[in-house]
Amino acid sequence: MAEIKDMQRLDDARRRLLTLPAVLFILAFAALPLLVVLAYSFMKPATYGGVEWQLSADAYVGFLFQKDIFDDSLTFSSEYLLIFARTFLFGIATTVVCLLIGFPTAYYMATRPPQTRNWWVLLITIPFWSNLLVRTIAVMFIIRDEGLINTVLLSLGVVDQPVTMIFTDFAILLGLFYSFLPFMILPVYASLEKLDFRLVEAGYDLYASRFQVLTRIIIPLTWPGIATGSLLVFIPSFGAYVTPLLLGGGRHLMIGDLIALQFGSSRNWPLGSAFSMILMAFVMLALFFQIRKNAGGVSHG
Amino acid sequence: MRRLSYLTAAAVMLSATTCLAAGELHIYNWGDYVSPAMLEKFSKEFDVKVTVDSYDSNETMLSKIRAGGSGYDVAMPSDYTVKIMVDEGMLAKAEPASMPNFKNLRPDMVDVYWDEGRHYSIPWMHGLTAFAVDTAIYKGDIDTYAILFDPPPELQGRINMLDDMNSVMHAAERYLGFPRCTGDKAQLKQISDLLNKAKPHWRTFSYDGQSLMTSGDVDASMMWNGNAYRARLERPTMKFAYPKEGIEGFMDNVVVLKDAPNLENAKLFLNFMMDPENAGMNSDYNKYDNGVAGSDKFMPADFAGAPEIKRPDGVAPEFVKPCPAEVVEIYNKIWTNLRK
Repeated sequence: MAEIKDMQRLDDARRRLLTLPAVLFILAFAALPLLVVLAYSFMKPATYGGVEWQLSADAYVGFLFQKDIFDDSLTFSSEYLLIFARTFLFGIATTVVCLLIGFPTAYYMATRPPQTRNWWVLLITIPFWSNLLVRTIAVMFIIRDEGLINTVLLSLGVVDQPVTMIFTDFAILLGLFYSFLPFMILPVYASLEKLDFRLVEAGYDLYASRFQVLTRIIIPLTWPGIATGSLLVFIPSFGAYVTPLLLGGGRHLMIGDLIALQFGSSRNWPLGSAFSMILMAFVMLALFFQIRKNAGGVSHG
Repeated sequence: MRRLSYLTAAAVMLSATTCLAAGELHIYNWGDYVSPAMLEKFSKEFDVKVTVDSYDSNETMLSKIRAGGSGYDVAMPSDYTVKIMVDEGMLAKAEPASMPNFKNLRPDMVDVYWDEGRHYSIPWMHGLTAFAVDTAIYKGDIDTYAILFDPPPELQGRINMLDDMNSVMHAAERYLGFPRCTGDKAQLKQISDLLNKAKPHWRTFSYDGQSLMTSGDVDASMMWNGNAYRARLERPTMKFAYPKEGIEGFMDNVVVLKDAPNLENAKLFLNFMMDPENAGMNSDYNKYDNGVAGSDKFMPADFAGAPEIKRPDGVAPEFVKPCPAEVVEIYNKIWTNLRK
């Protein structure tokens, strides 16, 4: 008996070796750089970019407080917090819009005959065949003052002045929604596809209304897909850099721009690193809630 | 016998590699920023195989060179970046002043703050940072920073600012008559107020003033003169301003890196670039001026004489040194507050 157990242990160890390349890769190219960022965030900025090797928490203090430029006292400053809050709101809004549009789309796809479903999945992934930057610029061409929509509206005489769409919050939201919609559709579709539609029929048989079937049967059963999709949309839109910059016209900074600024003309790498760490903490928090919720779902299930 | 053949083989290999090395030049440059025809000419003239890699910012270039072992021979850092590289000992003292073509440099290009007397660098491209206005939209005087900071009704809400903290801060300092990198708190407060008051009139913050102007998204834009030239070809009513309060200059330079594997070829390249014909070819491609006298004879007349390139008499661009860290910190506060 003991021998068999030993054999098993050996086998487990061998299998664990199979994960070694992946683990090493992640350690070298994800964990190490993150440690560098973490370390940088606790140092002092060097004059021309880079860091001085001196321990300092200035970067984190600077997130919430500023030295008054007149009398050097520390006062609460809301600027960075405001930028974080705005980016957060854009992330939430993008997630909500993607869910509202993505869920019905996924539902439609999942209720097609099995042999056509793969075609729908293929169609959803087509935008990924081209680069995000190219797609964002394409959106710009469509919504700008002399763009496609305005040209058509003007020539049809619907409006006599171009409708301002580009360089507004609407444009940012549109860009983010367009970029990340597939991240919502695909996971929701995956869980809808596994849904046993006999349960839906059973619901109707028991005189449930359509709304009740949706909220009591479909949504609870596809919750893992909805949660995953929401996270997959929220996380990248929270850190989005190019889309807000191009479509928003840069009048309002987003976290991504703010971080880039610190590594560029502000020459304050520790502050940029601290912002990155704070951004990551937000994302981890979101992940943590997701895991907790899923774990809860399982125990009740 | 066998031993000899080994030796011969080794010698052949050795000479082959040195031969190969002698015939190469590795350039690290901003993206799409060198005339291919001119490189071809250099390549033919000296039988040198040229490779070009590109970077998107001085900071990217610095961190790659700092890391060492880049294998590049020459790079094209901007003015203040040359200073950083000299201070940090990243450059070879190529002494362009002792090269035959050095006599062609314009006198105002020699004693620059980042390389007094030109021991490390020569000019590559030289430009101006100001702004351009569509004169069909606004017909008044455009040669003042009031266009940006106190815009006439025609231009309100139709202006793009460069997404560049330092350029915008310096423009505001000029408009208000303050010194560059002012550390004076009262002056900084005034700058902050000015920017916040003007912001509702600005539509965008972007480096891409050229396409914003040509697409009609804005009618005035802070921009570099080379981009203004290109934009005007598509929007002929555009005019580049030479603000009376002063104008900012910038210059990218050619430097030889300290660990350049092909030092001699790099020096050849520096001398080559100070020849008016070559500099002219390069300017015509990049649509920026260079620092070599007589190079305009080798550019098409409509470019060399363009109002963006041939500046009016008496316009002396100012090259601004990087501000001290404590000033940059306040700049950053003002800038973030402006765009929160």
